[in-house]
Amino acid sequence: MQVTSDQFVKVSDKALHDSKLQASMSFLGMGLSLRRKLAKEGLAEFDTLRDEARDIKDHVLQNLDVYLQSFEEKVEASGGHVHWASNAGEARDIVLTICQGVGARTVTKSKSMVTEEIELVPHLEAHGIQTVETDLGEYIIQLRNEKPSHIIAPAIHLNKNQIAETFFEHHSKIGFNEKLTERADLVAEARQILREKFLAADVGISGANFLVADSGTIVLVTNEGNAELTTGLPDTHIVVTGIEKIVPTFEDVSTFVRLLARSAVGMEISSYTSFITGPRRRDDRDGPTNFHIVLVDNGRSDMLGTEFQDMLRCIRCSACLNHCPVYLSVGGHAYGSVYSGPMGAVLTPQLSGIDKAGHLPNASTFCGRCEEVCPVRIPLPKLMRHWREKEFEKHLAPSALRRGIIVWGWLNRFPLLYRVAIAFAARFMHLFGSTKGEWMTNLPGIASGWTRHRDMKVSRSGSFMSQWKKRT
Amino acid sequence: MSDDKKVALFVTCLVDLFRPAIGFAAVELLEQAGFKVDVPLNQTCCGQPNYNSGDRSATRTVARGTIDLFADYDYVVIPSGSCGGMLKQQYPSLFDADDPMQKRAEQLSSRVYELSTFLMEKTTLKIAARCNKTVTYHDSCAGLREMGIREQPRELLQQVDELKLKEMNDSDVCCGFGGTFCVKYPDISNNMLENKIRNIKASEADCVVAGDLGCILNIEGKLHRNGEPIPVYHYAELLVNRTDARD
Repeated sequence: MQVTSDQFVKVSDKALHDSKLQASMSFLGMGLSLRRKLAKEGLAEFDTLRDEARDIKDHVLQNLDVYLQSFEEKVEASGGHVHWASNAGEARDIVLTICQGVGARTVTKSKSMVTEEIELVPHLEAHGIQTVETDLGEYIIQLRNEKPSHIIAPAIHLNKNQIAETFFEHHSKIGFNEKLTERADLVAEARQILREKFLAADVGISGANFLVADSGTIVLVTNEGNAELTTGLPDTHIVVTGIEKIVPTFEDVSTFVRLLARSAVGMEISSYTSFITGPRRRDDRDGPTNFHIVLVDNGRSDMLGTEFQDMLRCIRCSACLNHCPVYLSVGGHAYGSVYSGPMGAVLTPQLSGIDKAGHLPNASTFCGRCEEVCPVRIPLPKLMRHWREKEFEKHLAPSALRRGIIVWGWLNRFPLLYRVAIAFAARFMHLFGSTKGEWMTNLPGIASGWTRHRDMKVSRSGSFMSQWKKRT
Repeated sequence: MSDDKKVALFVTCLVDLFRPAIGFAAVELLEQAGFKVDVPLNQTCCGQPNYNSGDRSATRTVARGTIDLFADYDYVVIPSGSCGGMLKQQYPSLFDADDPMQKRAEQLSSRVYELSTFLMEKTTLKIAARCNKTVTYHDSCAGLREMGIREQPRELLQQVDELKLKEMNDSDVCCGFGGTFCVKYPDISNNMLENKIRNIKASEADCVVAGDLGCILNIEGKLHRNGEPIPVYHYAELLVNRTDARD
């Protein structure tokens, strides 16, 4: 996965000055947090379901090998094929080989973050296979050659006018010469173009929200219906997904389905929830004759048994993004990874190495809203802190800050020295206050970050401890 | 009414240095409630800056010192949700299960209270203060989400004569302080802070009240930079009529 998280400050700075993006983010933040809140209030057992979902995932992660094996057996028994990919390169090659094997020229794709993670589309295109994203948001950013800025709303960084311009630029080349302005017209045009692709496709590629171990079923949760056309029309269906998507039974799926849409967009259930087991059977009137599942590891099994294991519970609902004040300030592209927001800040360093993604777990106030809304109760701030610990161990943290922290830690070991230092600083503030007024407006060094945007009121009374000593 | 319980105040490094008045307001409230308050001189910072910067080993050393120092108190009261969360929720997670320090951290944790929670749960204090102002309360993140502080300070403020409490929008959304975050990512922090200031102004309150000095310094510093004459107080200051003498 190509990660440009080292550019976080530069890209976020641009984002902070992008009024269109700021408008989109403010819409996202206000709209979805309110809708989730209402959906949660409408389901008395919501928090109990979260506990159950966490426990189911923990149980699966403890027994992942057993459930994966069971899943594989059921898929094979239903006539499908399971492929194991230990990394992104293997996953890409498996998919390419299947596509080439059936002589595919056109591939349709429904939304899948794992295919973004392994950069599947550029790989297929490089081998001459036209690959069309059919989720509307993904379709838009494919036209614009952009990465998703949100895990379920990939084009959330764009407004209607930007999308209209993009459509006109690309669609006018294929005979759609009208400049559209209405939402419904834009959707209708995309639908008309995509219908042709659905009918022409030789292979359909989808992700999976859940894999049911005891039946070999894949579960797809979508709103647009494009996934059903992607998986149902072509003669070959390839599912590309992560090994952590396993749940034991259908009963367990229902727990997650009740949580997923509510957490994501405040809906009780998504428009489409499809259960697909194996290829077309003898009596089926439609469906693919070839059914493949590519199970991608790509660093996931390395997280098992570590302090990051809880992250494997993630069901990619996006609630943590929608409630994160940092994400809502800078948008998804600033993270330089297809996984953004709090979940991306934990997952990206795992996929790319903390040396390349150090900004992400640091760009958090640990406000805890993400953990508060996570449907599977992932302690995201704690996991981000673990990445900071790895960074500190490896001396990767910025050196001025690191030195400051080490000195502070050292000072705290010697209470007397600490007290003297605080009294000295208080004395300095007193002097400053007496000569220059009660507000500091231009601090040096690391503290300049403070006075860049705000002032600091000085205390002129001396430290609490020095006053307390006088009192007693 | 104090039934001979030993109460210590954990001042916090920010209050010690930047707003001693909050510490004295806390002492005054505890004394009004009938307790004799000890302030052990050898207390330091709680270690949170090191903890959140990934320096776990120094954090453990600081935690050991704090656990030792407050071992003999029945209650350790802290005028901060953030530092309170550190002692109450985070200290126990710093040590391995077989480390004797772990048990002692748990013991300390059970005796640690954030000030407003302590006043509401462990005292029958009736607030004797007056403030003819409309105030809006900002929920600090750690106080709210680690320590469950939401109603306690609001209920105490409601007891202040003539005080009107008016909620701002998104009172529970972070102000952008985040410890070292605000100097590491000053522009993102500022964006969050500007949202907070917008909500404060829209509430039309005369002043802002919060329970954590990090948020207070942050919000107050921005209001001053913007030339807004809206003061920011710790709720303890209002509860003892200390809104004039700020330092």
